Amino acid sequence: MESFPILSLTTFLPLVGVLFILIVRGDEETVVRNARWAALWTSLATFVISLLLWINFDATTAEFQFVEKVEWLPAFNISYHLGIDGISLFFVLLSTFLTPICVLASWTSVTKRVKEYMIAFLVLETFMVGTFAALDFVLFYIFFEAVLIPMFIIIGVWGGPRRVYSAFKFFLYTLAGSVLLLAALLTLYFEAGTTDIPTLIAFDVPAQLQTWLWLAFFASFAVKMPMWPVHTWLPDAHVEAPTAGSVILAGVLLKMGGYGFLRFSLPMLPLASEQFVPLIYTLSVIAIIYTSLVALAQEDMKKLIAYSSVAHMGFVTIGIFTATRQGIDGAIFQMLSHGIISAALFLCVGVVYDREHSRDIAHYGGLVERMPKYAFVFMVFMLGSVGLPGTSGFIGEFLILVGAFQDNTWVAALAATGVILGAAYMLYLYRRVVFGRLDKEHLKQILDLEPREIAIFAPLVVLVIWMGIWPEPFLGLFDASVANLLQDYQAALATGDATRIAGR
Amino acid sequence: MSIVADIAAVRPELFVAIAAMVMLMFGAFRGEDSTRFVTWLGVGVLVVAALLVLAGPGGSTLAFNGQFKVDAFAVFAKILLIAGAALALILALPFNMREDIRQFEFPILIVFAVLGMMMMVSAADLLSLYIGLELQSLSLYVIAAIRRDTLRSSEAGLKYFVLGALSSGILLYGMTLVYGFAGTTQFEALAAIFTAGDGAPIGVIVGLVFIAAGLAFKVSAVPFHMWTPDVYEGAPTPVTAFFAVAPKIAAMALFVRVMLEPFGPLVAEWQQVIWFIALASMVLGSFAAIAQTNIKRLMAYSSIGHMGFVLVGLAAGNETGVQGILLYLAIYLFMNMGTFACILAMRRQGRIVEDIGELAGLSRTNPYMALALAIFMFSMAGIPPLAGFFAKLYVFLAAIEAGLYVLAVVGLLTSVVGAFYYLRIVKLMYFDEPADAFDRPMGREIATIVAITGVVTVFFFLGLAPVLAGAEAAAAVFFAA
Repeated sequence: MESFPILSLTTFLPLVGVLFILIVRGDEETVVRNARWAALWTSLATFVISLLLWINFDATTAEFQFVEKVEWLPAFNISYHLGIDGISLFFVLLSTFLTPICVLASWTSVTKRVKEYMIAFLVLETFMVGTFAALDFVLFYIFFEAVLIPMFIIIGVWGGPRRVYSAFKFFLYTLAGSVLLLAALLTLYFEAGTTDIPTLIAFDVPAQLQTWLWLAFFASFAVKMPMWPVHTWLPDAHVEAPTAGSVILAGVLLKMGGYGFLRFSLPMLPLASEQFVPLIYTLSVIAIIYTSLVALAQEDMKKLIAYSSVAHMGFVTIGIFTATRQGIDGAIFQMLSHGIISAALFLCVGVVYDREHSRDIAHYGGLVERMPKYAFVFMVFMLGSVGLPGTSGFIGEFLILVGAFQDNTWVAALAATGVILGAAYMLYLYRRVVFGRLDKEHLKQILDLEPREIAIFAPLVVLVIWMGIWPEPFLGLFDASVANLLQDYQAALATGDATRIAGR
Repeated sequence: MSIVADIAAVRPELFVAIAAMVMLMFGAFRGEDSTRFVTWLGVGVLVVAALLVLAGPGGSTLAFNGQFKVDAFAVFAKILLIAGAALALILALPFNMREDIRQFEFPILIVFAVLGMMMMVSAADLLSLYIGLELQSLSLYVIAAIRRDTLRSSEAGLKYFVLGALSSGILLYGMTLVYGFAGTTQFEALAAIFTAGDGAPIGVIVGLVFIAAGLAFKVSAVPFHMWTPDVYEGAPTPVTAFFAVAPKIAAMALFVRVMLEPFGPLVAEWQQVIWFIALASMVLGSFAAIAQTNIKRLMAYSSIGHMGFVLVGLAAGNETGVQGILLYLAIYLFMNMGTFACILAMRRQGRIVEDIGELAGLSRTNPYMALALAIFMFSMAGIPPLAGFFAKLYVFLAAIEAGLYVLAVVGLLTSVVGAFYYLRIVKLMYFDEPADAFDRPMGREIATIVAITGVVTVFFFLGLAPVLAGAEAAAAVFFAA
């Protein structure tokens, strides 16, 4: 398997599906049917191929694997360089896993411009995988930014009533953060003479410069994450996006921020990362407590889940910047778990939205009487989001809190209150939607999950419980990379301290 | 240098000049029904001229006692501007036929303007520079007013002429000051004087500022941009397409050469001037475009903004900057030509529509045109992986290399503001309910150009390395150690 370009194949295979959809001719119905099936098969094939990455992954080393390198701009020392390590492996898998689910979830709910819809999702998949697999900073930036185009179209064309406002807000917020990342990238390029990520990680950036670069990186990743107070695009985007758009947004796009912190901020700018830990902790704790309280007050299901995402991402940022083994392991695990759970929660909202065309919590009540299967599925994900032991949410939050306690007890204590608040708003949501008496007339005929929906939810339920009960297959794979990251980080801090003392 | 060698150096220009006169004779004797033939003849002349440019001698050649210079930079710029002019001619033909612009002088004037531009980018002396510039400008004034029986076109022509003449005057005044204080107009001699002496006399600095102002007018950089929206709006659309590309490329190439060749040693004196006009152009271009509803005016502000980005490369004043400028101009050529081709296809029941609201729902009524226009808009906004991103990447790379962090950061942020109005067009086409469809078919010429420029814009990253290599060779002209 050495020479086989499996990562490139995973990245660009969806584009083959796009090509196929584009050349299909015929009457309206044929085109739509073919577009759906082509998108499903391509994304499934991509997922299967990406599983090969998992199977052949060597967990004992922190080196980048499946590396591909082709010269692209030799004059500027920029190359087409792909590769994954333990940190990026599961984000690639998450992207390829969620795309077929999105295609299936939109099977009947998207009826207008199906062809373009499927094309947008496949293109999006290419860009997402590329973002996580890129080992050249310029290449990473290209994929990272390119994601905006299909997502803008998805929100704007297939979204709700305020879709235009939300699409613009999403695009401009993210772009504003990203251009600063670009400025930092270029500065780093002149400092180090390369944009190759492994080389940059090994490169020592001068301490003074680290501060500025860190802030520029932060501008981009904090918006993407999103951290309080630049999170306001997220509730808007989530509420207006079509169900599958929300799934990808919550499941994968938010993780790009966390991945950015892990791949760039922490290893490349260790001194500045340490310096800004108080800032991150403050913003994260505010995010956890404030957005949880905001979530409690929501009347719209999607908005509630969107705010819960901001709170969960607060845990992730704390975990990353504790710079402890447990904290970072927990942050990665939490991102994966959140990627599945929040995606599933949005799908749960999508199920009732498809039937009732309302996202108001007050519109529902007592669904358990007509929809027992749905109630069960929703419960699993609700409990996962709360972080009940036995679900994937617990492992992530637990590890993060363990890491946080080692570093700062106050932060850990305050973050832990977020767990309680999380339980409050999720249980409150669940009670209002699923329990109670079914006395609303319009709900009397509502139907339970159909086989297609069960097929969508089944793998998600299995994953949430599997990751909660036996997390080792996941943790074990990124442990080596995290250990290596931390070792470099501590070493850099030690030398940084030494020079600081010597400078006095 | 012998006269034979001199003439060999100007072979492409000589060919264009003679061919233009032949075209003129042909048109004069055949009358107005020869317009179609003369236009295609013009395209053929430009293609041959481009081949002659490419076949020219490698390295740098100085001809006619230091008046005229052929080097890699000139070759690169000439190819770009000839391509821009040829595409504009092809776009203009169906439009002119339909709109009853039957003057056979139209293609001839464009060919003469191209001759002037070729002179400009090859100028090695302030005087030959001025002659080239005026040949270009006079042709452009006439082309702007080519529809002499419509008020708007005549107004555009007159405005362009008055303001253009003013700027030429400013430029000429600056040249006289430089000549008076430095004693020569030749680029090499000027450079030698400024390198040898410690700094330049104050008169030269004043002259330099005047020259920069005159040239800034030609590239429509803020604060000398006022003519652009009116002329863009008033001139017939294919003329606007031509104005937006070829003269901009020529003037920018000239700007680079003047600043880096004769005044290269004085970089500390002019860098702040360029820094300011670059910044002002980017800011004004992006903010003022937000309020526009006429697509041609919008493109005018967009081009002001783009020229600001290009000037960032000049403000950097380093080799990467010149590479970035050339790359930017090459990409700008494709994006703009494609966009204008789409604008030319905006007609309903035979009438031209220019309001951006008319694009509503285009993705439903004409998906391919909408896709192409969306690609151009995202590219102009600088979103990767489209071509426009690489253009911005390299000019900002240069700015960072030169330590111009403020300029780079402000420039990048204005590109976010700019993204807003480009996105608005995408929004109209994709998110809004469809208006009536535009006339179909859009025409073979337009469809072909839209397709080619669209494909180039999307897949530019594949061909980036060779274009960059060309730009690298061209930029090396000014920085040979």
